[in-house]
Amino acid sequence: MSFILDYYNYWIVVFLMMAGFYIVISANNLVKKIVGLNIFQTSVFMLYISMGKVTGGTAPIVAEGVTQYSNPLPHVLILTAIVVGVATTAVGLALVVRIKRAYGTVEENEFDNKDDVI
Amino acid sequence: MLEQHLAALPIILPLIAAPIALILGRSVLSWGFATLVSGLAFLLSWQLLSAALSEGVISYAVGGWAPPWGIELRVDAANAFVLLAVTAISTLVLVYSKHSIEKEVKATNHTLFYTAHLLCLAGLSGILITGDAFNLFVFLEISSLATYTLVSLASDRRCLTAAFRYLVMGTIGATFILIGVGLLYMKTGTLNMLDLAERIDLYDSSRTINTGLAFIMVGVSIKLALFPLHMWLPPAYTHAPSAVSAFLASTATKVAVYVMIRFIFTVFGIDHVFVDMGMGIILMVLAVVAIFKCSYMATVQSNVKTVLAYSSVAQIGYMILGLSLVSVSGLMASMIHIFNHALMKGALFMAVGAVFYRVGSVEIKDFAGLGRKMPLTMAAFTIAGLSIIGVPLTVGFVSKWYLVSAALEQDQWLVAAFVLVGSLFAVMYIGRVIEAAYFQKLPESRSSEDIKEVSWLMLVPMWVLVIANIYFGIDTSLTTEAANSASEWLFQTNNMLENKVMEGEVLEGHAIEEKAQEVSS
Repeated sequence: MSFILDYYNYWIVVFLMMAGFYIVISANNLVKKIVGLNIFQTSVFMLYISMGKVTGGTAPIVAEGVTQYSNPLPHVLILTAIVVGVATTAVGLALVVRIKRAYGTVEENEFDNKDDVI
Repeated sequence: MLEQHLAALPIILPLIAAPIALILGRSVLSWGFATLVSGLAFLLSWQLLSAALSEGVISYAVGGWAPPWGIELRVDAANAFVLLAVTAISTLVLVYSKHSIEKEVKATNHTLFYTAHLLCLAGLSGILITGDAFNLFVFLEISSLATYTLVSLASDRRCLTAAFRYLVMGTIGATFILIGVGLLYMKTGTLNMLDLAERIDLYDSSRTINTGLAFIMVGVSIKLALFPLHMWLPPAYTHAPSAVSAFLASTATKVAVYVMIRFIFTVFGIDHVFVDMGMGIILMVLAVVAIFKCSYMATVQSNVKTVLAYSSVAQIGYMILGLSLVSVSGLMASMIHIFNHALMKGALFMAVGAVFYRVGSVEIKDFAGLGRKMPLTMAAFTIAGLSIIGVPLTVGFVSKWYLVSAALEQDQWLVAAFVLVGSLFAVMYIGRVIEAAYFQKLPESRSSEDIKEVSWLMLVPMWVLVIANIYFGIDTSLTTEAANSASEWLFQTNNMLENKVMEGEVLEGHAIEEKAQEVSS
């Protein structure tokens, strides 16, 4: 039981990761695929952010009387990764818009030619 | 000044130039500008390679923050060599793309094409030069996002679904790399590759490190289209504009192969990856299956670009096979093939793009009789095709020669036989196109059409690559020397790091013994 509780942040990460991954694979709708991809990426953000926490540490701002700080580096890294994630989502959604114009649908089982199925 | 910042310039230059190419607005202007910038990047990487070969390693601290705290750019023989190939191909493709793009991309999107191309070049150079694991992920995403855009610029609507599939697969791959890097950081507390390498050796059997290795290997394998994870590649290369296919086929996957080499040899260390984790046999089996399955798939396609795309996946199999042999000569064969395959595939895709420019289709049946109508293009296709097959006097032969001799060195007769059988498949898929071009008559319906040779702007870059195919097939001193010093360098650093750790352990051992003696006395 303590094995589950002690590592609860990882369980959240694993759940989100698998949920997102499953949506990417199983969803028919291209927008849903992008949403799944986003959930998948968010789980990694959680992984990074929770690893930066130091037990008993405060926010990493220099203050008197504080000796222990949380690690700020993973947070900085994940800011970059969030930007990358947003850019990916933007490109993905732009593609979905163009697919909708070209094919008239965003459901991949409604494409005329089976070769085009994603 | 220039000397001092030489390492950063191949990344900075295209990155700054990309928005300027967009602002220039007119297609001709941004074409000229992008070609100029890419040419400059080529000259810089030439300088870097000669500096790296003479001085060893060039380390550059970005923003003046000393590594391992700041981001480090590290140029050594291995990445300078690949960088030279990437910038050379990029320049040639840009020269070629002017006319090709006019035919295949809408006029309003021309400047976007050059902008995305420069961004992709900046990302690829960044992946090669950086010495920081997280920075590598960022550059990987810069180049990948530019690539998705490039693929989606074609006028055929199928390029959109191909680009979407590529985006989904590519993002999953990149996120896997991100997870892997995160796990490594969790255990070691550093992101600098050399620092990582030293600390990973201390925790060899840690489950966190091994999980990180697994995530990074799968992620990179998606990016480089290793066999079961290659499904994004054939549609993307088939439906992208020809100039994009030529650029991507000869650079993007090669850079990903370099990333795998760097992670295996520099970060994780050979012993950890191949001995403890047994990755060698996995990679070897996947590589052999890739060579067979995808060479076979290439022989049954009707679209020549799909043929070349499947052939690319098979050629990646050869590169992975080389590094899975775990020897200096095997790694050298991989490095040579990275360079040589860029030359062959670049030339082949350019020739196919020229055919599309005149004929408007790249189905094999539409190649019938083109040998007479477009003699220079088809001659280029034939010579580059012979190079893929591995005929002597071409670079393909050099790659296969080193790969087979590396396999025979370890008495891997079966592997050597697989490599040679793979060449037989190449004879089949290249032969089908050549047979159509030279031995079939031009269909009656076509004879009235005005099919003639393409302009010199498309022919010159194509033939530069073809001549390079022959030149480096005869005079192999540059490629073998660079590849040899690159692979020796990779093995050397690997051994050096391991020795250092061994000494560290020995010292610790001594310290413990001394303490024990003190206590007993």
